[in-house]
Amino acid sequence: MTTAAQPQQASTQRPRAISMRVWQTLFWALCLVAAIVFPLVFSNPSVTTVAFFTLVFAAAGTAWNIFSGYTGYIALGHAAFFGIGCYTLALACKWWHVPGGWEPFAFVPLAGLAAAVFALPVGAIALRTRRHTFVVITIAIFFIFQLLAYNLRGLTNGSAGLELPIPPWSGALFNLPFYYMILAVLLLAVATSWFVRHSKYGLELLAIRDDEDRARGLGVRTTFTKLSAFILSAFFVGMAGSIWAYFLLSIYPPFAFDANFDVLIALMAFLGGLGTISGPLLGALIIIPAQQYLTVTYSQNGLYLIFEGVLFLVVILLLPEGIIPALHTRVIKRLWAAKETPVAPAPPTAPVAATVDGSGSPPPDASISADRERRVVGS
Amino acid sequence: MAPTLQLILEAIVSGILTGGVYALMAAGLTLVFGVMDIINVAQGAFVVLGAYLSYSLASTFHIDLFLGLFITIPVMFVLGVVLELALIRPLKRDRTQLSILVTYAIAIILEGVLGIVYSTDNVKLFAWYTTASIPVGSFYLPVIYLMAFGLSVVLLAALYVLLYWTKFGRSVRATTQNRAAALLIGIDVERVAALTFGVGVALTAAGGMAFGATTSFNPGSHYDLISRLLVIIILGGMGSLGGALIASVGMLVIEDITAVVWSPVWASTVFFALLVILLLFRPQGLFGKFATRNQ
Repeated sequence: MTTAAQPQQASTQRPRAISMRVWQTLFWALCLVAAIVFPLVFSNPSVTTVAFFTLVFAAAGTAWNIFSGYTGYIALGHAAFFGIGCYTLALACKWWHVPGGWEPFAFVPLAGLAAAVFALPVGAIALRTRRHTFVVITIAIFFIFQLLAYNLRGLTNGSAGLELPIPPWSGALFNLPFYYMILAVLLLAVATSWFVRHSKYGLELLAIRDDEDRARGLGVRTTFTKLSAFILSAFFVGMAGSIWAYFLLSIYPPFAFDANFDVLIALMAFLGGLGTISGPLLGALIIIPAQQYLTVTYSQNGLYLIFEGVLFLVVILLLPEGIIPALHTRVIKRLWAAKETPVAPAPPTAPVAATVDGSGSPPPDASISADRERRVVGS
Repeated sequence: MAPTLQLILEAIVSGILTGGVYALMAAGLTLVFGVMDIINVAQGAFVVLGAYLSYSLASTFHIDLFLGLFITIPVMFVLGVVLELALIRPLKRDRTQLSILVTYAIAIILEGVLGIVYSTDNVKLFAWYTTASIPVGSFYLPVIYLMAFGLSVVLLAALYVLLYWTKFGRSVRATTQNRAAALLIGIDVERVAALTFGVGVALTAAGGMAFGATTSFNPGSHYDLISRLLVIIILGGMGSLGGALIASVGMLVIEDITAVVWSPVWASTVFFALLVILLLFRPQGLFGKFATRNQ
């Protein structure tokens, strides 16, 4: 239905697109400022701890989305890369006697690289399959890594876990360095996600999601494209894991390799909107504080699991496309309705809402981007 | 040398016997996959639920484990049908992938509920025969393993009869082979799907009882179970019933032999590693057909 709107849209695109772009930049800048000042305003350690966890999952979810959201291959094994990130940092600190403080952060990229290195063979094997088999293989591979963490006692110390160096920061300021480090990783992940989304490479990923065989027929090197996206997402998940491990100061196999982590990041992306840039961020913002609240308030683990499961069911059955694309469809519908009237000014709320999506486009390729958008919504 | 050989022999026997139980659970999973093109990730949680139901019947009402199946199997069948109608059928779009997430949600809800009702402590089903064992050759075989295996054989035979000798079974097989054609010749595919899901879940009532009588379990046991079951059905070829049977017996035998020859902690790792190696050569599994379901 929106295909018909294309020419008209193009003619009125320029002024609105510019204003949309301004709104969008403004919105993201505001978000960034809010994220930066948040721990300074709400300096209560229990609040900043929740904020830290939220950012960890936002970063991991964004990274997961670069692969699973764009290619449509639902990977449920990224907890393996998270765990590899955890253990890489712990082992690096142990082997090279890194003192507590800022120094361990220098090894965060190394943790990401380690995850990426492991992702290469894992992805190469898993991506030989498609659809459900792929999902199941990623789950199986996750369990292999979890078992290895338990069994390779010489390396991982088995179920006794590993300790990380304790930083010398005092109680009130303790969370801040971790918070800003994970914020930096998150920014990097979001920027990467944005660049991927707005590049030819990103289009290739989306083409794979829509019809892999046809994409290959059109000259997309599907194997390379899928695998590189898989590795890219593992890299960021590994980095997020390493900062998380340093924050906790000790890691054990069931926490570093947590099956629930896989589902949590998938849930975040589905809730916010699979394949959108801001979807995983919004999902993390909703789910993680709720999860932390429930675990703190009701120490019983079962209640939290029930909450997570019910939320999952509600999202998938009632809002399968996610919040952001649902909002977006509504905006497109409203624009469409506005176009029916002779004068076609954009409804004032439209640009604001559209900016939330983060894929509002520069004017020249507006039609391409609109097309991409629709695939997200309708696929 | 002689004791090792005997240990290996023992491992093979116990592998075959436990493999039978896994075959029962995997049969439900692969059957549902074949008919509905979905993976029921909650299968492991249903097994645990079945085990807890038997546990309640035995400890509260003092009903024998095997007699209790006459109650738990119908209950689980109804549960399966209801869940299919309420949660799987509404998925109109992208059902294949979304169903994995929906059933995962069911699994963690079940885990949470069971954790609250029964606490997260390990329990084991108990009856006079769960601790008995009989001498076979030079070693002792727990009676419950034999009984569990016998139960699996009986139920799998019943499943065979259901699938190959009844009209319902013919509709199930037709839907598995070609959903569109099955619709065209007047099979109510949605009804077949709901009933198949019910049958798949009902099998876990028996599987759960057998599992709970041979192993101690807690609400979180389903992660371990489902990871094994998924490996089994991939290995056997998704949707292939015979493949699932062979794969479960084969995998359990290999795992038990690894435990004896190498070390128990590596047994599951070998299990998973074999899957990865196999998939390098046969991405479709041992008995799976390649891309026949791509319509």
